[in-house]
Amino acid sequence: MMLIPCPYCGPRNQVEFTYGGDATLRRPAVDAPPSSWIDYVYLRDNACGPHDELWYHGAGCRSWFKLRRDTRTHDIIASAAAGEPLDGARP
Amino acid sequence: MTRYSIASLVRNAVGGHRHWPRAWRSPNPRRSYDVVVIGGGGHGLATAYYLAKEHGIRDVAVLEKGWIGGGNTGRNTTIVRSNYHLDPNAHFYELSLKLWERLSQELNFNVMYSARGVLNLVHSPADVDAAMRRGNAMRLNGIDAQFLTREEIARRIPNLDCSSRARFPILGGLLQPRGGTVRHDAVAWGYARAADALGVDIIERCEVTGIDIERGAVTGVRTTRGDIATRRVGVAVAGNSSRVAAMAGVRLPIESHVLQAMVSEPLKPVLDTVVTSGAVHFYISQSDKGELVMGGDLDFYNSYAQRGNLPAVENVVAACLALFPSFGRLRMMRSWGGIMDMTMDGSPIIGKLPVGGLTMTGGWCYGGFKATPASGWVHAWTIARDAAHPLNAAFTLERFAEGRTLDEKGAGPVPWAH
Repeated sequence: MMLIPCPYCGPRNQVEFTYGGDATLRRPAVDAPPSSWIDYVYLRDNACGPHDELWYHGAGCRSWFKLRRDTRTHDIIASAAAGEPLDGARP
Repeated sequence: MTRYSIASLVRNAVGGHRHWPRAWRSPNPRRSYDVVVIGGGGHGLATAYYLAKEHGIRDVAVLEKGWIGGGNTGRNTTIVRSNYHLDPNAHFYELSLKLWERLSQELNFNVMYSARGVLNLVHSPADVDAAMRRGNAMRLNGIDAQFLTREEIARRIPNLDCSSRARFPILGGLLQPRGGTVRHDAVAWGYARAADALGVDIIERCEVTGIDIERGAVTGVRTTRGDIATRRVGVAVAGNSSRVAAMAGVRLPIESHVLQAMVSEPLKPVLDTVVTSGAVHFYISQSDKGELVMGGDLDFYNSYAQRGNLPAVENVVAACLALFPSFGRLRMMRSWGGIMDMTMDGSPIIGKLPVGGLTMTGGWCYGGFKATPASGWVHAWTIARDAAHPLNAAFTLERFAEGRTLDEKGAGPVPWAH
């Protein structure tokens, strides 16, 4: 089981959360060329190792936040509010 | 290669089975090959076999970082079927099922194809309509499909809860009688043995660490057992496709996710078909050893760990008991995880990558095992002719940019982060 550290509620069981995918994607400007949109919508780095990702605490505070998690081991490295930087500090 | 037959079995039985020859050689890698296939699972071995068999290209190496069939080939739930709606998927998986039907004879290796039928249960009137529509589409494509009523299902599968009190009441089901199961280890071993006999070098414990590219074309691969020069590289490493493609500077529309499966303790024959339910996302069959083999959904977070967490296991078991209450006293014996290439539309990517001489077969989502023979067949064609076969022409990497995605309900779900 993963114990996920919500930045607002503290460590909670993974079943309270929903995964939201890669947190490093940035929506292109409205007038950006189609290739930027194709990259944004479809392409992923799909990191093997530390991965910055979005999670939603649906059964708790109902907030979105960021988590840095190792995809090889499921170890959780850091968490931060959605607008804050993931600076690598332990949660 | 010693031909397996009743005569060879009797001969070796007399010798106490101590004199069976190795099924394939264990060569050291040479300095160069005409074609290098990365990945010694079913897909890579099938690619090498059909390159040698269908196209006469025998100067081929299959590079496997672990051992033959030690990845996803040995981690699936062994189900084969071709019950797809959209034409490109239907024709491709039907080729695969036709190859499965005669694969034991083709390879002179018993892969234990069992046409026990694959039944998709439906639980709502909308499900019934969708199943009938899919069944009709399959029949128009020349694929066997049959709609069963609740009464027919109750008669065929007595321990399935077909009562109106069930948590998810069963209204009927779509049966593909030619679907079934295949022994997955035998697929890897059979293809390895047959490819080896045609001159293919199968090199285990040899991990690719880099791909050399000059002027936009492949010139070789770097491995833990030395550099190998080659102009053609086929990538068949589903689960790790993004990592190998990144060695060539290619980004893919794929996330790697963990999918778990599990088996119960063995018991006497209780289930003689494959039962699946899209509504609860669950599939179950009984192995020849008597274990109930079952699986369900992804864990739903990026992972390369080849193991998952307990909530996904609990979901699978809960779905099992909702459909088969009589299995409630069974103990689960073991569970395991495999890493899936989840593409952004649920369909695979088989074809050329934007680097000269580089091709891939991957992006299988939940359903790579059943595709093994056809995947190898069309991948070999693509490598040999430097062009897609009509059966994999729709499965290009470019389809995402061109707006030609093959998003099909019933083809396996799409990843969360769509």
